[in-house]
This record gives sequence, C-alpha cells and structure tokens, in this order.
Amino acid sequence: MEREDLKSILESLLFVADGPVPVQRFCEIVDGASKDEVSAALAELQSDLDGSSRGVHLVEVAGGFQMRTVRANADWVKKFLGGRPARMSRATLETLAIIAYRQPITKAEIEAIRGVDVDGVVNTLLERNLIRAVARKDVPGRPFLFGTTPEFLQLFNMKDLSQLPTLKEMDEIKLPELAADELPAEDEAAVEAAEE
Amino acid sequence: MSTNVQLEIFEGPLDLLLHLIKKNEVSITDIPIAAITEQYLATLELMQSLNLDVAGEFLVMAATLIHIKSRMLLPAGETEPDEEDEGPDPRADLVRRLLEYQRYKDAAEELEQRDVLTRDVFVRSVAPLETPAPAGFRELSVLELLAAIRRVIERLPKDNVHEVTLDKITVRQKMTLLLDTLRAQPQVQFEALFSEVKTRMEVVVTFLAMLELVKVRAIRIFQEVQSGPIMIEAAVDMETAAASATVEETEEEQHGT
Repeated sequence: MEREDLKSILESLLFVADGPVPVQRFCEIVDGASKDEVSAALAELQSDLDGSSRGVHLVEVAGGFQMRTVRANADWVKKFLGGRPARMSRATLETLAIIAYRQPITKAEIEAIRGVDVDGVVNTLLERNLIRAVARKDVPGRPFLFGTTPEFLQLFNMKDLSQLPTLKEMDEIKLPELAADELPAEDEAAVEAAEE
Repeated sequence: MSTNVQLEIFEGPLDLLLHLIKKNEVSITDIPIAAITEQYLATLELMQSLNLDVAGEFLVMAATLIHIKSRMLLPAGETEPDEEDEGPDPRADLVRRLLEYQRYKDAAEELEQRDVLTRDVFVRSVAPLETPAPAGFRELSVLELLAAIRRVIERLPKDNVHEVTLDKITVRQKMTLLLDTLRAQPQVQFEALFSEVKTRMEVVVTFLAMLELVKVRAIRIFQEVQSGPIMIEAAVDMETAAASATVEETEEEQHGT
C-alpha cells in the first residue's frame, strides 16, 4: 500500500474515532499494513499537522492516537461549544498529583502529605473516573490503594505516566518569591512589629 | 495598625503555614517559630470569629507549633534524653512535611499547565469524561437498600436449632463470587443473590461485599421504578473489577458463624 493512501485511511479513522486509537487497532483494520508502516504513517501525519497552521493536531495520548484541537484555538472552540468545563479545585488537583506520583497510595498516606482529610476529594476523583482502587494494602484495616486511570492520561494529554513532570528533589524546592538566605533575627523583629 | 491577615481559603494547616512563611519572607528551613505561631493562631481566631469551620487538623497543628516553640526555648542539652530521637532541631519534622507538601503543590501546578482536555484542547465528540447513569433509572438511597436487606433477613428460616459450625465466608470471597456472577450475566436482581443464603452471617457478609464493590465503583445498584426490583450490574469492565478484587486472603478478614 502506498504511504499516502495509508495516511489518508488513518486520517479518516482518526476523524471518526471517539477515543485514542492504539496502533494495534489500526493494524487490525487496515489489513496489509504492518505495525511499522502504521507507526511511520502516523508519525508523518503527526508532523504534517504539526508543521502547518492547522486547527487540529495528532496527539499520542493514553496509549493511542487522537486528533485534538490546538490550544491556541481554545477560546473559539469553547465559545462554539458553549457551557464551561468544570474547573478543578486546588484540593482536587493537589490530591490528584499526589496519587499520580505516589500510586498505589492509600487515603491515609495522602492525608499525611496534605495534612487534611481527603474523603470528599477522593470520592470526587472516583466519580470522575480519574482514579480507581487498584488493590488493598496489606496493613491492618486493609485500606484501598488508589491509582490513576486512562481518563487521567486523557485529561492531561499524556501518552503514559512517564510523561509526568519529574518531581523536584527536596532540596530543590523553593517557595515562590522567597529570597533564599536572608534571615532571621531582624526578620523576626520585623514580623513582630508588623503584628502590633 | 491592625493585624493584616488576609483570609484566603487555606487547603489545610500546612497550606496556611506555607502562606505565612512566604508572607514573612523567611526561610522554610529556619522558621521563626514564635512569630509564625503567633500569626497562625491569629488566623485561626479570625477564621473562628467569621464562623468559618476550623477543622480539627488546624488545631492539631496549633498544638504542634506551641510544642515546638516550647522546645526551642529550652537551652540545648537540657532536653530530656529520651527525646533525643526527635532530632537536634525540633522544627526538622515540620520542615520536612512542609517541603513534601510544597513539592506536590508544585507538581499540581505543573499538571494544571498541561493541555487540559475540554479546557485547552478538545476532541471531536467532546469526550464525556463521566459516564452518565443510564436514562430512566433512579438512584437508590441507602435506606431503600437497608429495607431490602431486612426483607432478606426476615425470610431466613427461623428454626431454633443451634448448630455449632464454623463456616468461613469472607467478604473477599463474596466479592469475587459476586463479580463472577456479573461476568456470567450482565444484571442480577438484588434478592436473587440471597436465594441460596441460609444464615444471618452469610447475609451480612454478602451485603458487605456488595457495599465494598459499590464503594470502589465496581458495581452499580439501581432501581427502575420506585419499589420495583433492585438491580445490580457491573459498573466497570470486568478486568478492572477483578484487578481490584484479586488480593490474597488473610486471617483478619475471616468471619465465622
């Protein structure tokens, strides 16, 4: 099969697909095309779309390929679709980040990091299908261990969990707008003065 | 000059502490405990005066801060020997927690900056991230579920024979059985699950298994019409459900009669 024909077929399939399509699935449909050929055609399609000022890109997400609109057009698309997407609260986002990096993790372990009760947030995340119970921990009470779902990868445009940004090392953590080594005695005095 | 405490919505005591440290422009590894404790308590007071619900965790942290402050006042060497394992700096543990929390706050921020689906990028069919409940079904309240389980218990044979046996049925086994049943048929009637059950203990264990599965969203319990039959169906694909249920048995979960 000619490369251009294959690309054309793949583009049609991607257009009608209602979720990320794994390479394997393309191979099943387009018989006669090997995995390598499909991957190469997808890569070409991807760079065709990336290189031009097109409104959609081909993105590798949650183990498959999917057409997604480009970020620059977000406002127009939102206006067209109407309604607004549910914004994620800080509590939700922080909890989700902890689960994403530390999975599998129990509720108690999340609470130890956040310093607050996370029952409600965990339930919301379960409801939104962004996390799921993956097993139970072998400690008294046998609490559930939670991990992220493919929907999590889709939501954050990730191919797999290896695309999570690297966590900072503890000694790299700086509080925003914090001048590093300026300190303490006079500051303490200043703080107390401000308190009056 | 009034105490200038800006009241933001704090996610918790650690969040509030990080805010105060930032506001005072002090180093997180060398927190002026006295001043920070004072401001922390002032914020709690303000929250209380505004009738905001001050969660217990905030108070626990207040106690921790005061404890650290008192230990900082002790000259080095006067700490009791048995407290040595708490480390040389009484603030060390708190600092570690603050840094750890800040680490995930940073991570959350990075997540938020990605191309988020339905905020920055969109797919053709506007991916429904939540699967809506099938139309026409009403959700069941816990009370209705309790009424149903009472009917099952009332139907148990009421003989007075006391047979001392030790059937061991675990919630875990029942969960697996229930998932097997749902793998064989897409929906089962609530009461059908109890048709073979003879003892009260087994009813309870079966019911607990069902609640566990609902809790992890492996199954869905619903009713088509009020006072109609209560139905149970798989809420996720069976592989996922099996994954959350395949954990070895342990003695602690054994229930005997």
